Amino acid sequence: MTQTRHAARVADTARAPGAVVLTDVVKRYGRGPGAVTALDGVSLSVEPGSFTCLLGASGCGKSTLLSLVAGLDDISGGSIDHVDQPVAMMFQESALFPWLTVAGNVEIAMRVRGVGRAERRQKAAELLETVRLTGFAHKRPHELSGGMRQRVALARALAQDASVLLMDEPFGALDAMTRDILHDELERIWRERSLTVLFVTHNVREAVRLGDRVVLLSSRPGRVLNVYDVEMDRPRRIDSAPVANLAASITDALREEVSRHAG
Amino acid sequence: MPVEAAKKEKDTSRKWVSGLDELERTPVTETRLGRLGARLWAGTWPKILALVLVIGAWQLLFLSEWKAPWVLPSPLTVWQDLAAYAATPDYLQAIGITLQRALTGFALSVLVGSVLGIAVARFKPLRAAIGSLITGLQTMPSIMWFPLAILLFKISESAILFVVVLGAVPSIANGIISGIDYVPPAWKRVGAVLGMKGLQLYRHVILPATLPSFVSGLKQGWAFAWRSLMAGELLVIVAGQGSVGALMQGAREFNDSARVLTWIITVLVIGILVDSVFRAADNRIRSSWGLNQER
Repeated sequence: MTQTRHAARVADTARAPGAVVLTDVVKRYGRGPGAVTALDGVSLSVEPGSFTCLLGASGCGKSTLLSLVAGLDDISGGSIDHVDQPVAMMFQESALFPWLTVAGNVEIAMRVRGVGRAERRQKAAELLETVRLTGFAHKRPHELSGGMRQRVALARALAQDASVLLMDEPFGALDAMTRDILHDELERIWRERSLTVLFVTHNVREAVRLGDRVVLLSSRPGRVLNVYDVEMDRPRRIDSAPVANLAASITDALREEVSRHAG
Repeated sequence: MPVEAAKKEKDTSRKWVSGLDELERTPVTETRLGRLGARLWAGTWPKILALVLVIGAWQLLFLSEWKAPWVLPSPLTVWQDLAAYAATPDYLQAIGITLQRALTGFALSVLVGSVLGIAVARFKPLRAAIGSLITGLQTMPSIMWFPLAILLFKISESAILFVVVLGAVPSIANGIISGIDYVPPAWKRVGAVLGMKGLQLYRHVILPATLPSFVSGLKQGWAFAWRSLMAGELLVIVAGQGSVGALMQGAREFNDSARVLTWIITVLVIGILVDSVFRAADNRIRSSWGLNQER
């Protein structure tokens, strides 16, 4: 494929809402001989409505990649194309604002965009219903458990009304049982709303449980090592044999990559 | 049938989610009222004990005849003076004048301190230039400013106000500065993800996040303002203004020890009352933010 034809195809895909196209993305920190290359030529085309998991060991720049897509940081080379501005994003820590109620935390996403009070209130109630926290609208964040706080953070991200949702290890700090439930919940919401999800994790089974595709990144610098299509029916269970089998072979590849860095 | 199956599955997962939510929440063991009563009592008895100890020591000192009774009166004499004097218009008017000065000075300090604090936190060169100066000013006894204040403003309300503001501004500014410095980066990142920029980020994230630190700055600022004011009223006696400090100096000139002690007690009580207001505000913020893990 020639350069121009590739560029034309990229432009076509990127024009669809929900699509994200990364072309030779490079991210360097610092300048001169001391510069560190975090990402080195990452290309990835994400279809609208798909669920993509980015998987890698520490130092693969997976979180950096999300920050770049979100526009929180500038890229050093290549391009990132999507029509959604801004994209929604969620982190490992819920980072809810303690001075606002649960409903207030969801509404803040709309307040910034200038949505009127009545509409905000109604939409926040709907979103809390979606994440099954209807009775907790007037509670303060500290009164909720970790899993509930992550659901509020999810509702806040959904309130951004973007078709792309970036998730940076959103369930990393939760216990296994809560995480299991939230996988089901996220899958349900992703289907109901036809979201495009980019999900960063270092948990291989989690990636296989959730993703349509699992993108394995190398470490220092981050490059795409391999892309696995997960062709299993949904809903999947994290403890099912097919999930475990694929996870095992991805883990092998991951181990090999990590061993490469042994001193 | 598939519709029913889907409905059943939805119902199961709903129950699963809300069951786990229920299990993860900390059960409430005490009633609200019971907790309030216990807290009130826990806060009150040490104060009563302290009062009993102080008055007891005073009475003993009085009984020991260490000083003549007209120099060091008994607690009872002072109590009688206070009870009689508190009903007079002079007493209330003096408190009125002093409190009005305090509030004016404090309000001005809040305004100046907030603007200064935000400016210093926001602009790096400004911080390098006057950041440490502010802390330096905080350690300076405010009474040092009076000679200059009197030269600048003569014996006037302005001289007092000048020193009160100089005393309180550094604490208030420092409260804001440290509050802004310690806003968790995760909150700012959420603000950025939600599309907040510049002023919006300040309005929705940074300023609300500094609230606890701001309130403790206010509390400290009030203490400094009140101290500066008392020093000022003893030194700068504005004609025709029977303020607390002026009347207290008057009592000393008439060798009226009981009256001097009456004023000391009054000032102490006002100080404690105002402090309790700040403390209540602080507690309210802490508990609604989940900062104080109660037992």
